Amino acid sequence: MTATTTHTIGDRVIETTVPVGAHYAEGTILDPNGPLASGADAHADADADAVVLDETVAPLAPWSARLLAGQTLTIVDVGGNQSADFLVYNAQDTLERYSTPDTLAWQQNAYLRQGSILRSNLGRPLMTVTGNEIDRQDTIGGACSKESNTLRYGFHTEHQHGCRENFLAEAARHGLGARDLVSNINWFMNVPVEADGTLGIVDGMSAPGKRVALRAEMDVLVIVSNCPQMNNPCNDFNCTPLRMIVTSPALATKENHA
Amino acid sequence: MTSIADDHQTDSVLAARADARAQAVRTADYMPYRPASTSPVVPDGVDRNSLVWAETVAPGGYTHRVIARGTRLRLDDPTGSACAHVILYNALETNERLNVADTIKIPWQAYLGTGHPLLSGDGRALATITADTSGRHDTFCGTSTDESATARYGSAAPEGPSPSGRSRFLLAAAKHGLSGRDLPPSVSFFQGVHVEADGGLTFTGSAGEGTHVELVAELPLLVLIVNVPHPLDPSNDYLVGPLRVHAWPGAPTLPGDPQFTATPEVNRAYLNSIDYAEARGL
Repeated sequence: MTATTTHTIGDRVIETTVPVGAHYAEGTILDPNGPLASGADAHADADADAVVLDETVAPLAPWSARLLAGQTLTIVDVGGNQSADFLVYNAQDTLERYSTPDTLAWQQNAYLRQGSILRSNLGRPLMTVTGNEIDRQDTIGGACSKESNTLRYGFHTEHQHGCRENFLAEAARHGLGARDLVSNINWFMNVPVEADGTLGIVDGMSAPGKRVALRAEMDVLVIVSNCPQMNNPCNDFNCTPLRMIVTSPALATKENHA
Repeated sequence: MTSIADDHQTDSVLAARADARAQAVRTADYMPYRPASTSPVVPDGVDRNSLVWAETVAPGGYTHRVIARGTRLRLDDPTGSACAHVILYNALETNERLNVADTIKIPWQAYLGTGHPLLSGDGRALATITADTSGRHDTFCGTSTDESATARYGSAAPEGPSPSGRSRFLLAAAKHGLSGRDLPPSVSFFQGVHVEADGGLTFTGSAGEGTHVELVAELPLLVLIVNVPHPLDPSNDYLVGPLRVHAWPGAPTLPGDPQFTATPEVNRAYLNSIDYAEARGL
């Protein structure tokens, strides 16, 4: 007998033979937190900014949104140590897209932190890390995929869902495809590089409610995969939601009216 | 006043044709050698008559070629100042291309060296490094852009003294029907970068003159090579040296080769490449 699992979808409950990845365990601590505006401390300063989008990305799922220059995306690691695989494009011309090597070469550092500028393949700023509650963020570990899973874990994992599937599915909604996928960022994932060059995904440094805030330096398209990987610690083997909050800076200030 | 024109008699079509034809016997420091067997610097141990590609790439120059599965590709840095930026594609389906993240993540190793596979995003080995006398390579910084070259040298004009790596890759890619959409992060050979404990990227530069790297093609490959200064090269002058390229036929990594089972990850990469090649009838 083929194994089945039970799923609640809206007001329906279905059984399926599809080998869907695991969701978070009962009792998992979830902290949806709130916007991380202007790099301020937790739960502060949000009143100054207008929330224009506030969505939850289900475990395993893709997501995308367009931001206008000046808007800020807060990504909340609701369940802790949940990798948010992330790509960003110039919304006006997607030929210009995030570039790991340009980002790293300009800042001469392998990790992303507060103040890191996410640069494009043309060397230009796409977004800036204006708030960050993790010691260091990853952009060298890349995305998981059905294909690379066969190398890392064995051919038995090929049927599992992966970030590359999410990226391709979400990119297709914007007319993008395999040619448009490049090395990505993994918010809340921990990939240390040791002195001899050894590197790998190890236990994360995040926790429920930890956040990163990214200010758009031009109009951008953001594509995210809420990582479904269940063979390494990039999400504590417990896939949890992500909260995505887009805020616009307050339009009117006392100074403007003076 | 004399000019170059004084050395040429080109006042009729026949004279101009004779003048043009007379130029072909010349040589340059940077040129392809055709046939490849006429290379002036055949690598030791290689039969010159087996060569399928022999070329010296100019400073700031680029080259590109489709090579068969199993081809050996050797890059030489004769002066210790070359920097070979490389992107590989499956020549049969260029959607499949070098994936630098997988190339370092899957072998659990950021520094390239002998035995390191260059992996695609499709779980296959595109190539394997079969020899390396340099040990100074980089998987982090990619190549220069017009933006970074202009900041460093004042200009990135393609016709000028300081072209960017990306603009060279664009030209090479365009000659195979590819565009800026098709330029993923590249790797570079002969100029090293070390990652410090805090993540700092330290330029370690060259291992000196006369080093080489050799790759074997695990699938039919489109190879793009650009020879420009490394993005972290601290010099504000553009002092990259010439790069030599040679290629000759060989076999991909197959069962029975020690490399085939060097690690469990690379073993499955070769199994995936062979699976693909056999289904394609290669």
